Amino acid sequence: MSVPLTLLGLLEREPSHGYDLKRDYDAFFGRGRPLPFGQVYATLGRLARDGKVVIAVEPGDGPERKRYVITESGASEVNAWLVEPLEPEPHLQTVLFAKVVLALMLGRPAEDYLDTQRRAHLARMRELTEVKRGGNLVDALLADHGLFHLEADLRWIDTTVARLDGLAKAVAR
Amino acid sequence: MIEARDVTLSFGETPALRGATLTVAEGEILAVMGPSGSGKSTLLHCLAGILVPDTGEIHFAGQRIDTLDEGARSALRRDRFGFVFQFGQLVPELTAVENVALPLLLAGTRRRTAVAEAASWFARLDLDGLQGRRSGELSGGQAQRVALARGLVAKPRVLFADEPTGSLDSLTGEHVMDLLVGAAREQGTTVVVVTHEARVAAYADREVIVRDGTVTTAVLA
Ligand SMILES: Nc1ncnc2c1ncn2[C@@H]1O[C@H](COP(=O)(O)OP(=O)(O)O)[C@@H](O)[C@H]1O
Ligand SMILES: [Mg+2]
Repeated sequence: MSVPLTLLGLLEREPSHGYDLKRDYDAFFGRGRPLPFGQVYATLGRLARDGKVVIAVEPGDGPERKRYVITESGASEVNAWLVEPLEPEPHLQTVLFAKVVLALMLGRPAEDYLDTQRRAHLARMRELTEVKRGGNLVDALLADHGLFHLEADLRWIDTTVARLDGLAKAVAR
Repeated sequence: MIEARDVTLSFGETPALRGATLTVAEGEILAVMGPSGSGKSTLLHCLAGILVPDTGEIHFAGQRIDTLDEGARSALRRDRFGFVFQFGQLVPELTAVENVALPLLLAGTRRRTAVAEAASWFARLDLDGLQGRRSGELSGGQAQRVALARGLVAKPRVLFADEPTGSLDSLTGEHVMDLLVGAAREQGTTVVVVTHEARVAAYADREVIVRDGTVTTAVLA
């Protein structure tokens, strides 16, 4: 989750105080990991320095006098981020693959490693399923995103388990 | 609650189970996973007293059941077990509510009572208004929920489900699974559900994997 771009995106809705941004971030994107106030203000400070937002100071005192307003440059950055697809990288798989190949090279029980990984994946899927069963639509859709990814990993694990003998031959010296 | 001890079973020359061992705790929802042809259905059928192992033992509620004769096993299945299969296998001539009432009727419950009890499941499984439909007039997901109601209506100690979502799209399948788990937990039913889909298995409390006719156990900590 990109915090600066997400905060910028929230600001594109309307100019906001740091407090409101934190509240909305935590509600929609924090997923149980609230954004510290320090990080909110540090991020907003950097965005201001880079000309992505400007600060409108309101009369009075207290920390909530600053209202952040997105600039033209900030808005076009949000737009560019939204339209650009993410790098479709199966990052976990490469680590797992390295482990499996190394295990086979070293004569270690690759199938056991994969079974253990499989169980860890399913345990996580159970947690996400629990979230989904008890949660609102936002939670459910985020949980689903995780579930589909974990499921893809699991399918790869199953395929690999089924082909370990061949893989062992392929990596043998 | 239910247990397979070192069970083997062959279909002619084909070994389907080669020493499968498994224990299911009371009230547990267990997913049985594994590749196609690995012996999942055969194991389920052994646990449920449908098939008799060549060697090994099956125990249910402290009693050995693989040595019972067919009549006694059939009574056990009727009185203690519920079943859901991949294709609901509803009786096409009967209405949905009659299908659900069937296990109660077979157990000797009077028709009015059985139908009333069956009808009470329709609201629980999001099936309101479908009591009078025949299986040809139900969608796949609706038919599976009717089959689920039929599997649970007699309040079985154990529900055996073999790929209950296998013929459904993933969203519909998860809906069925969600209701299955909810209903089973509510009435404390033990569930053994065969599935090759991880997202379905994730509704269970625990999973085991069947490979080449044995239940693989976790070796690493
Ligand atoms: N009625 C049967 N007659 C002959 N072979 C069977 C029969 N049922 C299953 N088998 C064989 O036994 C093995 C295990 O089958 P099954 O338990 O249905 O696997 P799964 O449910 O995991 O796909 C397979 O090789 C299958 O072909
Ligand atoms: Mg099967």
